Amino acid sequence: MYLNRAYQILIMCIVLTLSACGKISSVNINDAGIIYCSEGNPTSFNPQLDTSGTTSDASSHQIYDRLLNFDPLTGKIIPALASSWLVSSDGLTYTFQLRRQVKFHSTDYFQPTRNFNADDVMFSINRWRLPNHPFHHVSGGKYPYFTSLELNQKIDKIERINGYRVELTLKSPDSSFLANLATDFAVILSKEYANQLVQQDNLQAIDNYPIGTGPFKYINYKKDRYIRYAKHSDYWRHDSAVEKLIFDVTPSSSLRLAKLITGECDAIAYPSQSELNVVREREDLTLDEKPGLNVGFWAFNTSKPPFDNPKVRRALSLAIDKNALLETVYFESATSAKGLLPDSSWAHQVDLIDTSYNPVMARKLLIESGISDGFSMDIWAMPVERAYNPNARKMAILIQRYLSEIGISANIVSYEWSTFRQRLTEGAHDSVLIGWNADNGDPDNFYRPLLTCAAIESGTNRAMWCNPEYDNLVNQAVLYSDTKDRISFYHAANSVIAEQVPLVPIAHAFRYRAHRSELKGLVINPFGAIRFGDVTK
Amino acid sequence: MILRTLIRNTNLLISTLLILSLFSFVLAFLFPGDPLENLSGLTNLSEQEYERVFLAYGFDQSYVTQFWIYLNKLFEGDWGLSFASGIPLWQELSLALPASIELSIYSLFVSLMIGIPLGFWAGFKYHKPADYSLLAISVVSYSLPIFWLALILILIFSLSLGWLPLSGRVSLLFDIPEVSGFMFVDIFNSEIDNKNAAYISALKHLIMPTLSLTIITAAIIFRLTRRSFIDVMSSQYIKTAYTRGLSHTQVILRHGVRNTLLPILPLFAMQSAVLLTNAMIVEFVYSWPGVGNWLIQAISQRDYPAIRAGMLAVSSLVIVVTIMTDVSAKLINPALVGENHAEN
Repeated sequence: MYLNRAYQILIMCIVLTLSACGKISSVNINDAGIIYCSEGNPTSFNPQLDTSGTTSDASSHQIYDRLLNFDPLTGKIIPALASSWLVSSDGLTYTFQLRRQVKFHSTDYFQPTRNFNADDVMFSINRWRLPNHPFHHVSGGKYPYFTSLELNQKIDKIERINGYRVELTLKSPDSSFLANLATDFAVILSKEYANQLVQQDNLQAIDNYPIGTGPFKYINYKKDRYIRYAKHSDYWRHDSAVEKLIFDVTPSSSLRLAKLITGECDAIAYPSQSELNVVREREDLTLDEKPGLNVGFWAFNTSKPPFDNPKVRRALSLAIDKNALLETVYFESATSAKGLLPDSSWAHQVDLIDTSYNPVMARKLLIESGISDGFSMDIWAMPVERAYNPNARKMAILIQRYLSEIGISANIVSYEWSTFRQRLTEGAHDSVLIGWNADNGDPDNFYRPLLTCAAIESGTNRAMWCNPEYDNLVNQAVLYSDTKDRISFYHAANSVIAEQVPLVPIAHAFRYRAHRSELKGLVINPFGAIRFGDVTK
Repeated sequence: MILRTLIRNTNLLISTLLILSLFSFVLAFLFPGDPLENLSGLTNLSEQEYERVFLAYGFDQSYVTQFWIYLNKLFEGDWGLSFASGIPLWQELSLALPASIELSIYSLFVSLMIGIPLGFWAGFKYHKPADYSLLAISVVSYSLPIFWLALILILIFSLSLGWLPLSGRVSLLFDIPEVSGFMFVDIFNSEIDNKNAAYISALKHLIMPTLSLTIITAAIIFRLTRRSFIDVMSSQYIKTAYTRGLSHTQVILRHGVRNTLLPILPLFAMQSAVLLTNAMIVEFVYSWPGVGNWLIQAISQRDYPAIRAGMLAVSSLVIVVTIMTDVSAKLINPALVGENHAEN
């Protein structure tokens, strides 16, 4: 049998050589599709279930649409499946007028019989909102984005006014609410498909065999190898999407770059900082860069002595030279962070004063707080690369050296990523080098998850810092819808942070994306996942 | 006599496979975690489901019974599920193994095409400059680390010249259903529009992995052929043939070629194990979706059922191929059978 197979293949080879000589196909297959080399496997095809960028990249803007979108250039909220909306004067009731003639994907596992309507919106929101919803507990039943912002508790009720109109009522006004509906996670699923799955008793399929209204429909997925999508020919926005979209799963960043050079990928995820110049030097490749909505920081565990003393925290913040960290860790692909918000945010405070490198002052502050002969502490360095901190370990080593100058001996600690996050949430650390990538353009998305008291519980407040004054300011800010009013609250919050130093903001990193120059229309979306709907070749 | 060879080798085959499956069974107990999970690949089971699997694998009975049930399951094609993907391992292996076999066969074929003629030629030019230079080249290519060689090829042909793609078996733009696992067969059976373009793409993807394997394997085959040819040509019966007045060509064609190749046939069989090992390394470098790449992924993801099944599949394949080539070599050349010398 073995030889037989070999014989078969030999024949195939001959056939192949002959056919290759005969005629070369006139259709250039390369024009028919786009290959994107992504960095990993998505956990499912439903971004409601996961905040990881890999999952959103593979589903949010390819398969689905949201009620609202962010304009990637201005950050403004623009209509998507909701063609218009109205906010009541008390800021509590939101009425959405839905778009008509929007068709769901038709695949071999589901053929829609009706267009998108209010039922789909109700279904999609109620799935994460109501614990007794039939689909709530499917695929683990955890909706991290919505629960970390307590959105499930903020919504009082949601009602269907008619087939194309939905009314949503909040318990208290929240000016950041609309922005949340425009994030990668607030996707619209098909109610009709869900009904079909209930009949087939196969609820799990809703997240693994997705149906949406987005520019591409799901074809198949092989773990560690590829995800295939095909054009959704009835896409409501336009008919110009490419025929095929393929995600080639390539975890190694140098291999992704190599494939980009050979043309096996048209675009790649996360080019590594040290390889950016290779992309810049080649004419056939394009490197896009944009300031990202992120912040890398060094947080102190304020629930542990001596870090419960603001003076000690201030001393530590003065002991490090941020500029040196920027040069060595980010290769100058970041700007120095003075506060939580990057320059591109509308609430960014220009006159905020940056801490300066001053070891003499640092030592003086330590002596004032009764620590004259130094102490020993841990610096936790996260084990993965992120834009906001491409090499936490290297940074930790540099900080270690700075701290030794003021008599503090530091140990560097690291665990595997999921253990690392779990132990951080337990508060086992002294200090940690980590960061935050915003999911929407609203400043609340920085201030609330990073430093409010409630965020200690949901595991995003790495400083374990709870300050009633700060909480109050952040809560006040979302009660107002005028940005001028909100800015004054955020500036006040900035002074509290500057005084208390629960964390030292280090950098706002640029976001990079490399692609082949013939690819047109791929823009960096600072508010989350990649979009291929408008890309052509 | 032929029958005896067959029986002896069949016994050898069965007992080796039995030991291998026993070893893979024991692995499930040596790996960290629950042996039942390592065997079945089923995780996070509810209590009733666990109970059911527990009984299905005979875990309430002696180890011997458990092993017997395991063997039966192996024969039924129930090799358990992968931790990482949740797909039956047999299904994953039946797609990954052909990819490795395909690569190995091509490079073996090309190596034979290059190694044997060059071996004869160097034998002719024994102790002449051509012989020395070929020998030198073969020593160099034989001693190149394959990992490094594969990377150098990428550097030259993909990154500098941009001629050849560096990963996978065919451009992902061709949606070719994996049925047999052999790329050209699958393209042939597929229903895509531009098959010619797919064949060309598959061929382009094949060149570098085959070349890196061939450089090393051809060197080995060259050296074996050359040595054997030199030995044969200096033997008594060749000299006798010349004294019988046969021409140079006649001597070589009638006596030289056959007697050179027969003794080294089993040595080629030994190479199949080396070839497959090398192929697994090459697969990793070129992201070739074969069993080697698959095993490395399994190891990095601590997918114990996959490591167990992969180990069993690869070693069984090597054993089967080795024994089969050995048997066919013995059938062609009875002189190898040992004490049962045939009168020739």
